[in-house]
Amino acid sequence: MHALEKILSRASGKERVSAGEIVMADVDVAEVNDLYLQVVRSFYELGGKRVARPDHTNFVFDHYSPASTIKAAENQKVMREFCQLMDIKNLFDIGEGICHQVLTESGLVGPGKIVVETDSHTTTLGSLGAFATGVGATDMAVILISGKLWFKVPKVIRIVLEGKLNEGVMAKDIILHVIGDLKQDAAIYKAVEFSGECVQEMPQEERMVLCNMAVEMGAKTAYIAPDEITLDYLARFGWEKGEILTTDLDYDYDSIIEYDISTIRPKVALPGSVDNVSEIPSENIRIDQVFLGTCTGGRLNDIRVAAEILKGRKVAPGTRFVVIPASKMVFHDALKAGYIDTLLSAGAVFSTPGCGPCLGAHEGVIAAGERCVSTSSRNFPGRMGSTDAEIYIVSPATAAATALNGSLCSPDSL
Amino acid sequence: MEVIKGKVFIFGNNIDTDQIYPGRYIELTDHEEIATHVMEGADPSFSSSVKPGDIVVGGKNFGCGSSREHAVIGLKNAKVGAVVAKSFARIFFRNAINHGLVVIEAPNLDDLSLKGGEYAKLDVLKGEFISGGGKITFPPLPVNVIEIIEAGGIFSLFKTKGVSAFG
Repeated sequence: MHALEKILSRASGKERVSAGEIVMADVDVAEVNDLYLQVVRSFYELGGKRVARPDHTNFVFDHYSPASTIKAAENQKVMREFCQLMDIKNLFDIGEGICHQVLTESGLVGPGKIVVETDSHTTTLGSLGAFATGVGATDMAVILISGKLWFKVPKVIRIVLEGKLNEGVMAKDIILHVIGDLKQDAAIYKAVEFSGECVQEMPQEERMVLCNMAVEMGAKTAYIAPDEITLDYLARFGWEKGEILTTDLDYDYDSIIEYDISTIRPKVALPGSVDNVSEIPSENIRIDQVFLGTCTGGRLNDIRVAAEILKGRKVAPGTRFVVIPASKMVFHDALKAGYIDTLLSAGAVFSTPGCGPCLGAHEGVIAAGERCVSTSSRNFPGRMGSTDAEIYIVSPATAAATALNGSLCSPDSL
Repeated sequence: MEVIKGKVFIFGNNIDTDQIYPGRYIELTDHEEIATHVMEGADPSFSSSVKPGDIVVGGKNFGCGSSREHAVIGLKNAKVGAVVAKSFARIFFRNAINHGLVVIEAPNLDDLSLKGGEYAKLDVLKGEFISGGGKITFPPLPVNVIEIIEAGGIFSLFKTKGVSAFG
């Protein structure tokens, strides 16, 4: 069995499970974000009276944080009241950060856990050895009522990343390369595992980027076998080491795809589609706004890389540089390390930890005709504001180089 | 389950939930109001021209991207009869069944050479989609999924059967 199958077997009380089978599994960690008042509505429409496992249930206010409209404020108010009524103690209110990062930092997520959140980027947490997947509101309401959810056991695609990273290349460039090659629908209903020399040497925050964007290939979940790097990262958050389920040597992968990382240069997903990936074009593409943040590209390592590029320099006139740390802890760590001072001095604008303008709700949405370079994961038409705006998806290093240059710019050309 | 009859609205590959339901409306919670913005990111005139029973036809990976349930709630409350696509993103697919929205996976859709605007008949039980003078077949939905769709979603079934309502 694959480690993910072992996790699902254990959670569903079965000796073994195999791909295609439907299982009813206990959910260890459930999370609802502030886009999802529908969870409360579905909870009552399903006949819910009490939340089955309040200690396993978390609410995180990250998408509209702090509330940007009266309606968003009302939605959050009802959710706060719901938490109080249902004895849900883990309400991470505005400013705590993005759900995936907040749950990680709270020591709730680690190897072997089944984690379900009302957010497609829950795949991020597979980088910690969890079975982590996103659902909609009604599935989440089922979990709140029963503590369980049905899953189809996925086939697993193994992506092997061999070789050493080039100067200026980050995990984001690698995953953009992979998605550009395999395309947006390559992994629908499947799990994607990342392995190989490059992954083994990657710091945990970079591994999170790979798994985060696996959903942009359609993946149900992503996975990286936990090792000392994982456990060292989690130790700070109080995660206690325990048994780690491993994949059997004879496990039959759906497919195995290998990449030689040493040939990869910085990448960009061109406007409109995350799988329209190329190297950074040499032509002069003037950029109105650079956004460094989100569950893909707003962690400490991302802010560090940007600060190192912009240290003692200034953001180009005419380009706005919006920076939003992924969590309060990330913000605090970056402050202590001096990165915030460096970026502020360079001309960056900061906003509250949370999702920011990634989904086009607030804190830096873009106008028709504008171009934005972003460390986020999606550039669908209209994603960050006007449907007539252009979004270029890049790594934090490319974002910082672009902020400095005012035009789309590869970090290896600085 | 009756045969679904309506006009075809055609969309391409990778129609994401931002196009089905733009992020700027996510704070809305009233289902009727949500329906007035459905498909706005791909076709701003959709919600004013769609009629009950009309069929949304998509390419590969329909409903990819964000997990927002508004996408399904919008299509259901705009009274779309069904979504037929070459493939679906999994969260959208689960959300659709939970709300009783008919979602049919038909990888052979190109055989119909649809252009949009044609009238179509969709027989979910027989597994037939007829339009533009042609017919394609698809594997019928599992019995438990048919039961959920006929009940208008998982809600009333779950009230009486709990998690076994999913089959």
